[in-house]
Amino acid sequence: MNKSFTQTFTVSGNNFSDAGKISTEIKMILKQLGINSDIVRRVAIASYESEMNVVMYACKAKIVLDVDPEVIKIIVEDEGPGIPDIELTMKEGYSTATPEMRELGFGAGMGLPNIKKNSDEFTIKSDVGKGTRLEIIVYIN
Amino acid sequence: MMPLSEICDLLSCKVFCCEELLDREIKYGCASDLMSDVLAYSRSGAVLLTGLANVQTIHTAFISEIYAVVFVRGRVPDERMIEVAITKKIPLLGTALSLYEASGILYSKGLASTMETLATVTRHE
Repeated sequence: MNKSFTQTFTVSGNNFSDAGKISTEIKMILKQLGINSDIVRRVAIASYESEMNVVMYACKAKIVLDVDPEVIKIIVEDEGPGIPDIELTMKEGYSTATPEMRELGFGAGMGLPNIKKNSDEFTIKSDVGKGTRLEIIVYIN
Repeated sequence: MMPLSEICDLLSCKVFCCEELLDREIKYGCASDLMSDVLAYSRSGAVLLTGLANVQTIHTAFISEIYAVVFVRGRVPDERMIEVAITKKIPLLGTALSLYEASGILYSKGLASTMETLATVTRHE
């Protein structure tokens, strides 16, 4: 893979019927770029967990996929309530999910820890009342 | 390892789509209604046994490289789920057996678990 690639997607909060569509698209793009399947799987899982978080908790978000020959970067920037205690939400099992979210098989408090687990570098910043920004980096080699 | 066709026979499954992919070799078994657990702990090449029949099940399977989904307790996927599964080449099967029975049958036939057993159980304080 020696080309660079960038694409921006928009996700709407509370749109449960389309939840996951963008991450499946991201996965297909990465496969088409010929990236190793283990790397593609890790990026897709991190992206999907992020997308579900936007659908469940935020108003809307911009997801930017940026691929260069060495690094895959995903930035998720949402407009939403923000996270008051990031340290707490990074703990497995901590969740503020509603019954509707749980019916979809999500909201078990695994999302953010799983995004971190699948990233080589992960940063999260949040402003309460404004929104949250995630930066996910996975090295290709 | 076990061909999907053998899983289909062992669990007396109905095939909802992608019948042409029943020769797929399945490496592991994964049983959960919690998609968060599937995303966190499954490995590529597993069959997912689940009672959760919605489109997120199919998206989760595609993202996690689940090779096939078996819906338990007679759950039936709707048209939209079948459409997405065909696009993503994920065979969807259904059994009348419970999650416990279906998992037990595959485990007793030697299909390994996709999830590692925890060393200990720790209580969250």
